[in-house]
Amino acid sequence: MVVFDKPHALADVPMHYCPGCTHGIVHRLVAEVIDELGIEGKTIGIAPVGCSVMAYDYFNCDMIEAAHGRAPAVATGVKRSDPNNIVFTYQGDGDLASIGMAETVHSAARNENITVIFINNAIYGMTGGQMAPTSLPGQVTQTSPYGRDVNACGFPIKVCEMLSQLDGPEYLERVAVNNVKNVKNAKKAIKKAFENQVNNKGFSLVEVVSSCPTNWGLTPKKALEWIDEKMIPYYPLGVYKDRSAE
Amino acid sequence: MSDKVLMKGNEAIAEAAIIAGCRHYFGYPITPQTEVAAYMAKRMPKIGGTFLQAESEIAAINMVYGVASTGKRVMTSSSSPGISLKGEGISYLAGADLPALIVNVQRGGPGLGGIQPSQSDYFQATKGGAHGDFHMIVLAPASVQEMAELTVKGFDLADKYRMTTMLLADGTMGQMMEPVSLDFDIAETVEKPWATTGTKMEREHNIVNSLFLQPEALERTNFERFERYKVVEENEVLYEEYMMDDAEICIAAFGIAARVSKNAINEARKQGIKVGLIRPITLWPFPSAQFAKAAERVSSIISVELSMGQMIEDVKLAVEGKVPVTLCNRAGGMIPSPEQVLEAIKAANNGGDK
Amino acid sequence: MAVLTFKTDKCKGCGLCVDACPKGVLALATDKINKKGHHPVEAVNPEACIACAFCATMCPDCIIKVER
Repeated sequence: MVVFDKPHALADVPMHYCPGCTHGIVHRLVAEVIDELGIEGKTIGIAPVGCSVMAYDYFNCDMIEAAHGRAPAVATGVKRSDPNNIVFTYQGDGDLASIGMAETVHSAARNENITVIFINNAIYGMTGGQMAPTSLPGQVTQTSPYGRDVNACGFPIKVCEMLSQLDGPEYLERVAVNNVKNVKNAKKAIKKAFENQVNNKGFSLVEVVSSCPTNWGLTPKKALEWIDEKMIPYYPLGVYKDRSAE
Repeated sequence: MSDKVLMKGNEAIAEAAIIAGCRHYFGYPITPQTEVAAYMAKRMPKIGGTFLQAESEIAAINMVYGVASTGKRVMTSSSSPGISLKGEGISYLAGADLPALIVNVQRGGPGLGGIQPSQSDYFQATKGGAHGDFHMIVLAPASVQEMAELTVKGFDLADKYRMTTMLLADGTMGQMMEPVSLDFDIAETVEKPWATTGTKMEREHNIVNSLFLQPEALERTNFERFERYKVVEENEVLYEEYMMDDAEICIAAFGIAARVSKNAINEARKQGIKVGLIRPITLWPFPSAQFAKAAERVSSIISVELSMGQMIEDVKLAVEGKVPVTLCNRAGGMIPSPEQVLEAIKAANNGGDK
Repeated sequence: MAVLTFKTDKCKGCGLCVDACPKGVLALATDKINKKGHHPVEAVNPEACIACAFCATMCPDCIIKVER
């Protein structure tokens, strides 16, 4: 009996991510959910600009590569074109919370019936480790070499908390993928975010607190520990909005 | 002949788009094109279409990108500053070879400029308008009837060549009311096997994308794209000639400038000056061959423009220095008067022995 | 009995599976390198495997198949 194998919706190709990067885990969780809901044939994914820019090669469903930050707008077009299709975006923190903040907020406010997978690893990975809108106070990055000075560059943005103030969105949850238990919870949240779309409930966003061993300058194992020690205290896990449950 | 209805130019665009099968419109309010959005807001919900006022021009063009990826007819409209914001999306549409219609009802610039008519986005429209090697098909209407007809043609050409078409109008055209016939020939539907409509588990996944990290691959797609552009240049040039048969002076003008020029030409003819007009209807591809041919027999060409002189560069390139090309222009929202154009014709006539 | 299969050439040697395993089944091979140039994971204590799939759950590159 097979206990675990690669989901069908995940392409059988090597991914370009660094060793220990948790993007691969989240890709797999999304693919598992697509398999379990039997929606691969009608799912269209939108890849961002950032480390996961080439996500379009990693899923077997139809894929679109969007301009930086614009994935929710592109997803809006795709969903409005055929509301029977299932549309998800996969975006990093720079893409979703910096350059694409307007698209994020307004698609949430419209309760656009899409699923947003938001990878928060507190850094710009693809360009080599610059400060992200979610970089922690004091966090050393290439563009905050003395640590993020909140007086000069402001505070990190807590996306789930912020969006939860809107009447629009259906479901907002923050999860992490730094241990088996958290990965299993992340899977549940991602599944719910897709089920909500299938059931026409509306905008569902799952923020996944993730690691970037390379640009954090940590081993893959230490990076997962850093999530527990530094990230989760600033970005508490949990459900921030679940309108159907309210 | 079908019945005509009295319509504003902007409304004619919107109704023609619906007739052409466009059911998705995304836009952001900006003068002087907002009637397009207002018309769509009224009509789309009644016919099962989508009207969505986006949070920005940037979002609107990316919503267009989304619908275009699924192979359906889609449009946005804006005016000059808004088109600049759409530049990013326009480049991505070109990079992913997606068909779409973008309407630019031009106003004076640069910057916030003004809200009066202008043709000063000619460079932006015809030379790409954003980063990278690409072209849009650019159509320039000179009547409300053409606003409608070229909207339909714009969708057909976009689908046929997997290109973005820009309808380059101006504030005058947008606000002007004229009788319009809405009886169009619609081209046959183009198959779009590349569209991201879901694999239905029956085919390999489609990818809509403009990223090519290997320079060899990116070069190849650029060369292939420009091969397609060459076919457009060979087959899709549109222009109108007015009194060019015996003309000794040629006016180059499009849109509202061409209408003003016709009045000036009629007056000049009364005064015995043999002057005609070549009016490009496609600004890209540009009717270069027609200007080159004219240069064989006219003594000079006058480019009449609502800008500081933009199309004049393409006219000069076309005639390769064979005849002098002069500029008769107003800018910043002002329109040349027939009298101003007539003076330019007279000046050319006095100094113009070939 | 549990069977682990690895797509060894896709392994990046990050070791997250090794840390996730509650039974000490896995280790990175110190004497081998794969096509990517990494020390790939291998089962050094396969009979201890309980097929919990914790390793596969944490593997970012989806290289592990678990059967029972």
